[in-house]
Amino acid sequence: MQEQIEPQKQDAPKLTFVKGLRDGLPICLGYLSVSFTFGMMVVQKGYPGWMAVLISMTNLTSAGQFAGTELLMNGAMYLEIAVTTFVINIRYMLMSLSLSQKVESAMTLLQRMVLSFGITDEVFAVAMQQERDINSRYFAGLILTPYVGWAAGTLLGATATGFLPLSVRTALGIAIYGMFLAIIIPPARKSRPILLVVLLAAAMSCCFYWIPGLNQLSTGWVIIICAVAAAGFAAWKFPIKEESS
Amino acid sequence: MDYTRIFLCIAIMALVTYLPRMLPLAIFRKKIHNTFLQSFLHYVPYAVLAAMTFPEILYSTGNLISGLVGLAVAAVLAFFHRGLLTVAIGASASVFITEQIMHLVLG
Repeated sequence: MQEQIEPQKQDAPKLTFVKGLRDGLPICLGYLSVSFTFGMMVVQKGYPGWMAVLISMTNLTSAGQFAGTELLMNGAMYLEIAVTTFVINIRYMLMSLSLSQKVESAMTLLQRMVLSFGITDEVFAVAMQQERDINSRYFAGLILTPYVGWAAGTLLGATATGFLPLSVRTALGIAIYGMFLAIIIPPARKSRPILLVVLLAAAMSCCFYWIPGLNQLSTGWVIIICAVAAAGFAAWKFPIKEESS
Repeated sequence: MDYTRIFLCIAIMALVTYLPRMLPLAIFRKKIHNTFLQSFLHYVPYAVLAAMTFPEILYSTGNLISGLVGLAVAAVLAFFHRGLLTVAIGASASVFITEQIMHLVLG
């Protein structure tokens, strides 16, 4: 069984900077509550608010910076901080590799080096959803709104503790996952192999979460193992035939 | 407060976060033509997102019940091709309402 890659649709919307900004907006909203929590956490532990903002602006990642900051505050060794943060972030290599096939070949090395700073789970998800190849302007817009949201949310959390009531904050916690479902469910409806990939990866991830012993593994590794196994299995069973272009 | 340590820690964290993002995108500048690799990379986004969503979505709210309601609402909205923002807000709203109701009923 083979799946055809759809040719780039002529009527697919043009990927402009403004469209990037707009597509980044849902990500930005989702980030506000998460980074808000991060800012609050740092200040509540007795550290200055600018430290939280500096971490958010230089790291731009959720799990990795939460874990790294936790270790920083607990007086961990530099090596421990480096290894833990790195392991959580290894999944970005997979996303970056996927994106390398999705961006325009014309994108320069410098543009790649600058824009890759903004690759997050959510930015990756939205970028891969586009029918056209990704150009640097769209990518820049798509990164900018979430970046501002991440930094602003941290600042708000660090300064105005208790600004959002807890009930609203817990409700916003699901926003990011809702977005992920909106990305994976429609293609899984259309394509059997994608449905299989989704079910396989989800089932494996649940095993790593619930089964004693397996749940000792850090989130970063779990994502990599599940993704490589599920995508590898589907690539073996359902290879995609490249459109002759 | 040891500011040297803080700055050094932040620099280390930033570096080990940036490198895995930057290296593959900077190194692989040509399109890959190997069918297996191409298929693999086509499936990776769905696998990554599914692994990140499950089962974490159930524990992303105040309690398991509101998490289940949020998951159901998000899944239904996504099934009917609603946009990202609609699904995200719909899930959040259903969680908020569920938790308010539970708060009223259970006190």
